[in-house]
Amino acid sequence: MHSTSGRYVGLLYLAPALAFVSAFTVYPFLQMIWMSLHNWSLISAKKYIGLGNFVKAWNDPQFWTSLGFTFRYTLYITPILMILGFLIALLTATNTPLRKFTRGVVFAPVVIGLGASSLLWYWLFSYDFGLINRSLIDLGIVSKPVLWFGADADVSLWAVIASIVWKVVGFGTILFVAAIQAIPGEINEATMVDGASYWQRVRRITLPLTAKTILLVTLVSAIGSLLAFDQFYIMTAGQPHNQTTTAVLLIYLNSFPYLKLGYGSALSLILAAIILTCTIFQIVLTRRSHG
Amino acid sequence: MSAEREMRMSTGYFASARAMEGDRRGFVERLLDGRAKYLVGAACIALCTVMLLPLLASVLASLKSTAEAAAVPPTYFPHGLSLDSYHRLWNFQAGLLTYLGNSAGAALLTILFCLGLTIPAGYALGRFPVPGKEFFFLVLLLGLIIPYQALLTPLFFLFVQLKLHNSLVGLAIVHTAIQLPFSIYIMRNAFEAVPRELEEAAVIDGCNSWQVLVRVFLPAIVPAIITVSLFAFITSWNEFLAALVIMNKDTSFTLPLILAAARQQTSIGGTDWGMLQAGITISVIPCIAFYLLLQKYYVAGFLNGAVK
Repeated sequence: MHSTSGRYVGLLYLAPALAFVSAFTVYPFLQMIWMSLHNWSLISAKKYIGLGNFVKAWNDPQFWTSLGFTFRYTLYITPILMILGFLIALLTATNTPLRKFTRGVVFAPVVIGLGASSLLWYWLFSYDFGLINRSLIDLGIVSKPVLWFGADADVSLWAVIASIVWKVVGFGTILFVAAIQAIPGEINEATMVDGASYWQRVRRITLPLTAKTILLVTLVSAIGSLLAFDQFYIMTAGQPHNQTTTAVLLIYLNSFPYLKLGYGSALSLILAAIILTCTIFQIVLTRRSHG
Repeated sequence: MSAEREMRMSTGYFASARAMEGDRRGFVERLLDGRAKYLVGAACIALCTVMLLPLLASVLASLKSTAEAAAVPPTYFPHGLSLDSYHRLWNFQAGLLTYLGNSAGAALLTILFCLGLTIPAGYALGRFPVPGKEFFFLVLLLGLIIPYQALLTPLFFLFVQLKLHNSLVGLAIVHTAIQLPFSIYIMRNAFEAVPRELEEAAVIDGCNSWQVLVRVFLPAIVPAIITVSLFAFITSWNEFLAALVIMNKDTSFTLPLILAAARQQTSIGGTDWGMLQAGITISVIPCIAFYLLLQKYYVAGFLNGAVK
């Protein structure tokens, strides 16, 4: 069966998956390029406008606000996630029962839904009903409740960041722990005999030997942040004044409640180009780490 | 496990090296060493507390009575346990069972689609000399390059034409598209790892390729099947944006959608926080349960597929 017919039998087994990707990834992508060149809505007839939608985006202040906010969110949260994730990995990388348990607990929020966790934190941060305001008042840190969402874009941003750090810090931790555990024991022993302190060893051995993992996790995490939606849709709804409307939220608002499918497609294409750049970077790095 | 052994070896080695030096280190240093151990323990316990408190607060809030759940300022611990919130959730709009059914249905279909597509594809990629194999592999991984968030506008249009919007099959198709690259990757690796002798024995016995797949490979790739199913379930059960776009009739909502809607619209006027926490608790339970049961597959999936 592995002689001449094997080649075609193989294609036969591959066909369903290829058909699926063609129908639900490749075809919509081509359709999206086509739609982005039109004034296209479900209600009225479509009209070819060339690059009109892209010009519209260029001149749309909300487009720049959303893009800037999305980058700012990514720029703030990524280093926090990496540093905190790595510190927790250092703390828990040894396989003692308590550390294994801690690792498991830190990873637990990663498996629950982002929607559910956003709703949970929306409640914790609630002005009247939230336990965060209650605890801050009880601890004497603030004298009256803080209005976390809807009033100040920066306060909202940091509240969302706090909730997402809780939700996904375990993702980096688990990959860092694997990388740290893969460091050969002899290397650590050699420097221990040299009398290097713990932090010297981290700087000279652990960090350089896990650098590739750190870089890859940074990219995966940054791509995830550039695509942020659930947390902002649920917790801030883009408020105040659409200042916390992320790129994906802007696409959603244009395409669905407003049904401006042409403009939504153009925005999607711009986002896809940004993500593609990051992904190519990631693939190049992965290739290199294998070779 | 090997790391643990290395660790023990290394501390043993260190101890003997120190013994040879006659332990020149002073009393204070040794005391600090001991204290570091307690500091690490304390840090671990503090970390666990911070990570678990939000979940615990949610579960406790879901058990408060109707009046207590709406109290300002909120109470830390419920004064009495009550299932009022769960009762209200049970009867909320089309009823909890409708939404649980939608979520479970979409998740089940996603698992079936993922396995149905990627088992044969992994078989082909792992065991057949398909012409242009690496090109096809890259095509199947396209979802990694084109994020589904950017494809929802044309997908929505396509689904309206195909009458797949407001249908669980439509939603499961998007969830399958999200999971496909990861699943293909895991399956290909699993098929490639099966020893050639097993396959050859079956071929000599006169099995055709389909029989070889069913009799030889399927039993051998059970761990990959579990990993793919687990991740497909978690993705579909938790996914929010595609569901929001495709399911816009309130009887077709999934659990995350009805909870997000319940944040705004309740009969009492304000948000029914107790009911919301009951909903969060119910949507979190299967994720945590599968995580605890299948932790091994979970971690393996993350390490093998998340970053590659």
